[in-house]
Amino acid sequence: MLYSETKITSDTLTAVAEKSSDTGWIMHHILDGNTLDFSPFAVINLPHFELFGIDISITRHVVFMWIASILLIAVFVLVSKRYKSSMVPKGFTNFLEIFIVFVRDEIAKPTIGKGYEKFLSYLLTIFFFILTCNFIGLVPFGATATSNISVTATLAIISFLVIQAGGIMKNGAFGYFKGLIPHGVPFWLLPIMFVVELLGLFTKPFALAIRLFANMTAGHVVILSLIGLIFILNTIWVSPVSILFALFIYLLEILVALLQAYIFTMLSSLFIGMAVHQEH
Amino acid sequence: MALIINLILLAFSESGSHQGGILDVNPGLIFWTAITFLLLFLILKKVAWKPILKSLDDREKFISDSLEKAENARKEAERLFEENKANLAKAEEETQKIILQGREYAEKLKDQIIEESKNEAKKIMDAATSEIQRKNQEAMNTLKEQIVEIAVNAAEKIIRENLDKELQKKIVDKYIQELPKN
Repeated sequence: MLYSETKITSDTLTAVAEKSSDTGWIMHHILDGNTLDFSPFAVINLPHFELFGIDISITRHVVFMWIASILLIAVFVLVSKRYKSSMVPKGFTNFLEIFIVFVRDEIAKPTIGKGYEKFLSYLLTIFFFILTCNFIGLVPFGATATSNISVTATLAIISFLVIQAGGIMKNGAFGYFKGLIPHGVPFWLLPIMFVVELLGLFTKPFALAIRLFANMTAGHVVILSLIGLIFILNTIWVSPVSILFALFIYLLEILVALLQAYIFTMLSSLFIGMAVHQEH
Repeated sequence: MALIINLILLAFSESGSHQGGILDVNPGLIFWTAITFLLLFLILKKVAWKPILKSLDDREKFISDSLEKAENARKEAERLFEENKANLAKAEEETQKIILQGREYAEKLKDQIIEESKNEAKKIMDAATSEIQRKNQEAMNTLKEQIVEIAVNAAEKIIRENLDKELQKKIVDKYIQELPKN
């Protein structure tokens, strides 16, 4: 039954895809690939690697993650040098300090509380990494690594590991898992509660991954669709509307880029806080 | 419900196109993401977060220390000000006392001097009075002597010329005549 319905839906979608214009170009912009597409100037083919039969080629998103990383390292090496030379921050250093102090005072301190210093480096890294990846996706010819489910899932898994490690380091392995189950639960409910709480552990990073991925993908799809309207309707008269709306969505994307970096960091910090201080 | 499941299955299946679905999980990308992120984390932790957070803490400590110092200095200044005020009040009181004492002393001195000079004046006056009296007495005495002498002289002359009436008369006349000439 399930199989047949799947088949029907699949066939319908294929038929629709064949009849209408090809929308592959949108996917081409969103999805990962083995080329760096700077058309019309150049298209660079990326090398292909394999390790133990697993395809570990350098893809477009990998390259843009690296660009983001190099950018971050370069910027922060410069910034930390400026701190050594003078106690008074100026200009760009001051601007970055706002973010650093924000992550420290508005995210880590209130959600984790005592002992937040241990997780601050991780939170700062994840915040600036996601932020930079999001913004690089908004630059022309740039690709958004954070709009790939593999990337966001990996970041979420790392967050998950940090959360569990934080909880276990603070409460001990046995104490941590015991603390997952609320006090005063009847004995016969324990197996069910254990399963529920265990599921709860995994839904948190799952939500983190999906949220970031969906938010970063959706904006791009909408922008590309609005621009694509011009070519699908095959008229130039729709372009003012398309471009105005695309511009609006683009500005919204800037907000979303900031917001999603904040939310990912904030929720990671919140979950760390919950794992570390289980009594709450 | 079944439709939603179908759509999810469809999204995961690679039947859509050769590029793969939007929800395709790429193990290679997971591998690279993990490596990139961990390296980035380690490098940034070493070169950026540690020194930056340390200097932020140092600065915050410096600022709070400075504020505390300033507060202490303010308190110290306030204390000194109060002390100065008290000292000043004391000095003022002292001055008043000294002035009062001086005035009292001057008053006393003045009274004393006046008294003394009054006495002196009285003494001088007394001396002058007695001198005058003495002089008066002397003059009186001299006058008396002279009167006596004149009287004696006159009596002598009268007695000497009193030998006869005629002569006597003559003498008196002559004497009388002589009188106004003196």
